[in-house]
Amino acid sequence: MASVSIEDTAAKATKGRSKPQRLATNYWPFVIPALIVIAAVIVFPWVFTLWMSVNKWTLGQSQSFVGWDNYVRLATDARFWESLWHTVLYTVLSVVGPLIFGTLAALIFDANFPLRGFLRGIFVMPMMATPVAVALVWTMMFHPQLGVLNYLLSFVGIGPQEWIYNQTSVIPSLVLVEVWQWTPLVMLIVLGGLASVPREPYESAEIDGANAWQKFRYLTLPMISPFLMIAVIIRGIDAIKSFDIIYAMTQGGPGTASETINIYLYNTAFSYYDIGYGSAMAVVFFIIIVALSFILLMMRQRTKWTDAEGH
Amino acid sequence: MKRSTLNRIGLFFVALVIVSPVILFFLWMISLSLKYEIDNGAYPPILIPDRFAWTNYVNVFQENNFFLYFWNSILVTGAATLLALLIGVPAGYGIARLKAEKSAVVIMIARMTPGLSFLIPLFLLFQWLNLLGTLWPQIIIHLVVTVPIVVWIMIGYFETTPMELEEAASIDGATPWQVFRLVALPIARPGIVVAFILSVIFSWNNFVFGIVLASRETRTLPVAVYNMLSFEQVSWGPLAAAALIVTLPVLVLTMFAQRQIIAGLTAGAVK
Repeated sequence: MASVSIEDTAAKATKGRSKPQRLATNYWPFVIPALIVIAAVIVFPWVFTLWMSVNKWTLGQSQSFVGWDNYVRLATDARFWESLWHTVLYTVLSVVGPLIFGTLAALIFDANFPLRGFLRGIFVMPMMATPVAVALVWTMMFHPQLGVLNYLLSFVGIGPQEWIYNQTSVIPSLVLVEVWQWTPLVMLIVLGGLASVPREPYESAEIDGANAWQKFRYLTLPMISPFLMIAVIIRGIDAIKSFDIIYAMTQGGPGTASETINIYLYNTAFSYYDIGYGSAMAVVFFIIIVALSFILLMMRQRTKWTDAEGH
Repeated sequence: MKRSTLNRIGLFFVALVIVSPVILFFLWMISLSLKYEIDNGAYPPILIPDRFAWTNYVNVFQENNFFLYFWNSILVTGAATLLALLIGVPAGYGIARLKAEKSAVVIMIARMTPGLSFLIPLFLLFQWLNLLGTLWPQIIIHLVVTVPIVVWIMIGYFETTPMELEEAASIDGATPWQVFRLVALPIARPGIVVAFILSVIFSWNNFVFGIVLASRETRTLPVAVYNMLSFEQVSWGPLAAAALIVTLPVLVLTMFAQRQIIAGLTAGAVK
């Protein structure tokens, strides 16, 4: 570091005292490189997607401006509405499942028992594992004849299922993988919440003779609800965009039974090369996600626990 | 005292039940990868075969070019992560010190945007720039994932580091760059480690960008493993071996850096 004489420092310090704003460093140079990159790889695609969405544009052919045509087409596209319904179903199940199991797991992992850290370490692994690799192994486990899952079911007297190979069971089966993979994230968030819960109310509840369920329902649940809300937001945004697992396991099939908006979008843009229409779909999809996040954030604001606010 | 010990052992077994789907899954994955086709096609299924099919692993590397794809993955993830740290760490610092947390909204929205909507325009851009067929398109598009992670984590980290040292240094005549490099950066090292790890994991696992942008020579591991599905007559052993090879580096990293990963993932969340 540059050596500075004592008088110099002292002089500056006095000056600093008389004018507290003197220390206003210019921090913009630190931010500018990132701004350039974000403009290039994030903002440019947003703007360009908007432009493509008002054009008739198929890869390898000339494009022409068509205004709202793509959006009108989207509104009357039965396959789009079907994929929207699949997306809603898939997202709701993929939020609720991890929320229930993750909260349960967090309640257990909040307690003290042997090998707790080790077991938690194993429990966290699915959410970091490569989704495509996970999907392939699940595909093998779902196999109707040779899969290990139907074999395990036979022990509890349940007949063989067709899992992802059947139109009605394909979405629940995919959600099963999603739940398996993302329950740990909810667990971690709720665990963070449980750590901040004070002890005293429990002690007085015990004196009042509350049972375990009552303590959970009337004490724990209200206190961790802001954290549950965060889990819902994060999980919801991720689940609605889910791609890897669905694409690797079914590619939207059988037929279009598991085709969510994201998969339909992919097929439109990169199987049919209809990038104009695909872009319109991307814009609408984006609006749906932002609207959903906005609603969830508003709900979070309402459930916000006063103590958490100080944070 | 005795009762609480019993309780703890009871809890241990409940926890074991909760963790069992994870343990069973990975055990089965290993089992599939070490069995010959006859054993993989057997009913009832065999968990531990009489003879291990180590050839499945050899097969993956020799017949499916996995050395190349492993190397591609390392290059793409490495470059995308290093570039993200290079620009994202100073940016996180700047945003935290400018108290411009509102600008982090852009990063939130970027996180909400489906990856595919970045893919279409950037695909066209790379085509015009004649970059397809090299690793550059994938490195650049992975920045969409890695830069927001790094910036997000670093904003949170620099907000918690004390300003006093930095102020003292700048009173001593250090330039803003010196303050950042010699004072702020060393304190923020744990935060940088967290950002590095999460960036590596999310970039390594990424699949959607690769299936569109990668050609035969530029595939990353997740794409290569997916391609084996259509390429081979779906032989389970090598497929499971390949899946394990892809995800093993990430799982090892998760085991050793559990604490940092949890800190990083919940840091953004608890805000």
